[in-house]
Amino acid sequence: MRKLAARLYDWLDARLDLADLTAPLRHKTVPVHYFSYWYYLGGMTLFLFFVQVVTGILLLLYYRPTANEAFESVQFIMTRVRFGWLIRGLHAWSANLMILCAFAHMFSVLFLRAYRKPRELTWVSGCVLLFLALGFGFSGYLLPWNELAFFATKVGTDIVGQVPAVGHWLMVFLRGGEEVTGATLTRFFGFHVAVLPAITVLFLGIHLALIQRQGISVPPGLEPAMHVLAYLRKHDPAAAEMLIKTAGVQPETREMPFFPNFFLRELMAWYIALGLLGVLAALAPWELGAKADAFAPAPAGIKPEWYFLWMFQTLKLIPGKLGPIDGELAGILAFSAAGVLWVLLPFFDRDKGRAQRLIKGAGIFALAYIVAMTAYGYIAK
Amino acid sequence: MVTLPSRSDRAVREGGAPQRPRFFCVVVFAALILLAAPAGVRAAEDEPAAPKDTCFDCHRHTLSDDASLGFRDDVHRARGLSCAACHGGDPTAEDMPVAMDPAKGFIGVPRRAQIPQLCARCHADGAFMRGYNPSLRTDQLAQYLTSVHGQRLRQGDTRVAVCTDCHSVHGIRPAASPASSVHPLNLPETCGRCHSDAVRMESYKIPTGQAADYRASVHFQTLERGDLAAPSCATCHGNHGAAPPGVASIERVCGTCHVFQEQLFDQSPHKAPWDALGFPSCLTCHGNHRIEPTGDHLIGTGEKSFCVTCHSEGEPGWVAAGKIHTALTGLDAALHRSGEILDRAERAGMEVADAEVVQAGAQEQLIKARVEIHTVTAARIEETVSAGNKLAAQAYQAGEAALAELAFRRKGLALSLIIIALVVLGLWLLIRELEARKPIA
Repeated sequence: MRKLAARLYDWLDARLDLADLTAPLRHKTVPVHYFSYWYYLGGMTLFLFFVQVVTGILLLLYYRPTANEAFESVQFIMTRVRFGWLIRGLHAWSANLMILCAFAHMFSVLFLRAYRKPRELTWVSGCVLLFLALGFGFSGYLLPWNELAFFATKVGTDIVGQVPAVGHWLMVFLRGGEEVTGATLTRFFGFHVAVLPAITVLFLGIHLALIQRQGISVPPGLEPAMHVLAYLRKHDPAAAEMLIKTAGVQPETREMPFFPNFFLRELMAWYIALGLLGVLAALAPWELGAKADAFAPAPAGIKPEWYFLWMFQTLKLIPGKLGPIDGELAGILAFSAAGVLWVLLPFFDRDKGRAQRLIKGAGIFALAYIVAMTAYGYIAK
Repeated sequence: MVTLPSRSDRAVREGGAPQRPRFFCVVVFAALILLAAPAGVRAAEDEPAAPKDTCFDCHRHTLSDDASLGFRDDVHRARGLSCAACHGGDPTAEDMPVAMDPAKGFIGVPRRAQIPQLCARCHADGAFMRGYNPSLRTDQLAQYLTSVHGQRLRQGDTRVAVCTDCHSVHGIRPAASPASSVHPLNLPETCGRCHSDAVRMESYKIPTGQAADYRASVHFQTLERGDLAAPSCATCHGNHGAAPPGVASIERVCGTCHVFQEQLFDQSPHKAPWDALGFPSCLTCHGNHRIEPTGDHLIGTGEKSFCVTCHSEGEPGWVAAGKIHTALTGLDAALHRSGEILDRAERAGMEVADAEVVQAGAQEQLIKARVEIHTVTAARIEETVSAGNKLAAQAYQAGEAALAELAFRRKGLALSLIIIALVVLGLWLLIRELEARKPIA
């Protein structure tokens, strides 16, 4: 078997010069230290994205994006299509886990200061990818055309309508009219399966190319020791051992080849994630609910998906009027400004203690705020 | 030409000037106003702006009597009518003798026998009522005169109910208002004030348990749950034309709401003999005021069955009753079984919406069969029940299939997890082997 694989590789190498293509992978290394586990989050998010793509394509075989047929087609997938329940369950659960992983990845990058020079653009492209993931979540949530999704989309697009100057135009653009109708469903379907994937592929390519080009960041505290130790291990192993014993340098500050060592570990994590997805899809199937009815009253206590809940809850808590301006509008402006600052965060990191402490503080505050508001959103009526 | 209740009210509506107050009255009124100032401030906050009404002002702010207190929230006052609309007099006059001058139509407290005619001056005048509430009927007096109350009043019995006994005197609210004494939820109390009074009813030889019985009935329970379509006293007896429905009309009265039951009863073998025997149709089994929730135990050959009251063991009616009971309870049990298995599947996260539609269809058949018992024809009911049983069986099979699918998924999951665990273990061993051969630098 191995011989056959080697012969196939040689055959392709003779024609495509694979050695050149695989060289960066062979030379790519991953730092090994106490915080190395956080490196798996990016790959995990990527894996869950692949699950999304595969299951999404399979769902497309049966899904019909019209107001009259969408709900019934999802119901058909859940009940009549062999393993349809599994595909939809995997799609829904992996979407949520992907966004969770993306958030965790972003905060790990922030707290390990991996965004610092020269990786500012990697951070920016990562932020764009997170926003795109949220866009996938928002557009995909409507597609089953059930009651909750219908009213959540109505509320969500109403909020978009509050944006000054372009708000109303943007709302009409998203809805395909003044109200959430079948036109909105068709439009969201287009965003979900064509527009967003195309933009995502572009930014994902940029993000991965930047990582490949710049290598994986080492936390600043470990960086000098890593370099010295790597040099000594190569040229004077005895001195390296002495450094570990006498200077208290972490012995784990090493580097492992990306391929196969890190890749195999990542593969293990992916398999575990796949198992978890299977458990969730089989034991906690994603509910379909009741078909959307534009004339029915909105169900009580309507809430968006968990990843939007902290923003939604904040907007609910803001008073109707904040001085001369509308409370909701103030909230939207504040979130927009915070979003822009967040994307530009690396450009404020000046290698000075005060700026770094400020960014770390902002990160801790943002994380605590998101967690607390999400929890409050679930507890509050 | 619109007939108005009094000259003074007409003057107010037509914008006529009030009479010029005399100096003495001004002084007296100033003193009264000063004395009543705190109450006046309070009253200004809770009273609507209304045309000048010296009767109300005096009674409310100086006397603080019950009449003015009630009239504060009266529907007539809210529509701009004054005390003088019923009592006559001049509400624009500041001087009490002038305001209450019989020459100005003042009648004081109307006599009970006068009240229906007094109210009817406006309420029977379609042209006048159009200016206030065009949808309100204007035949209340005509109906009242056909009622037992109205007929007795005509005969000189002034203890019977007149308009104010039911609608209250000064605090009259629209009938749709929950605060109204004639709102469906308040009717048992309003009617019961007289009809539950044993002393009052003694001379009429009328029983007094109707209100208490009605409160224990399924009709009142439904009403209390907020379903205002459920019948109150007036629904069956009429309101202004209140009279007990005679034996002949009971079926029609119940049939106003229970349309199918009435039609099916007309087709039943009970209809002709019961009519001949003078049985009060629906009441024979269900009673009148204390109508209890129905159930399958009320038909059949059991202790609580209505049927055993007339039918003896071995009679065709007894046999039919037994068959009907068996059919109904059989379908009910089948529905419980299918409902339970579908619930279980749904709780486990299975999609059983299609099966629930079938289950709902079976439930409809049971409802239909329960209505059809009014035909007391076992064959017809068994046919409906049979259709329901087929649907219930389909729903049960769908539930079983969903649970089987669930078990299959769990087994599949377990197998997948074993395979994944083996792959993860294999990868871990591979990494160990790789790193044993070439340690990480």
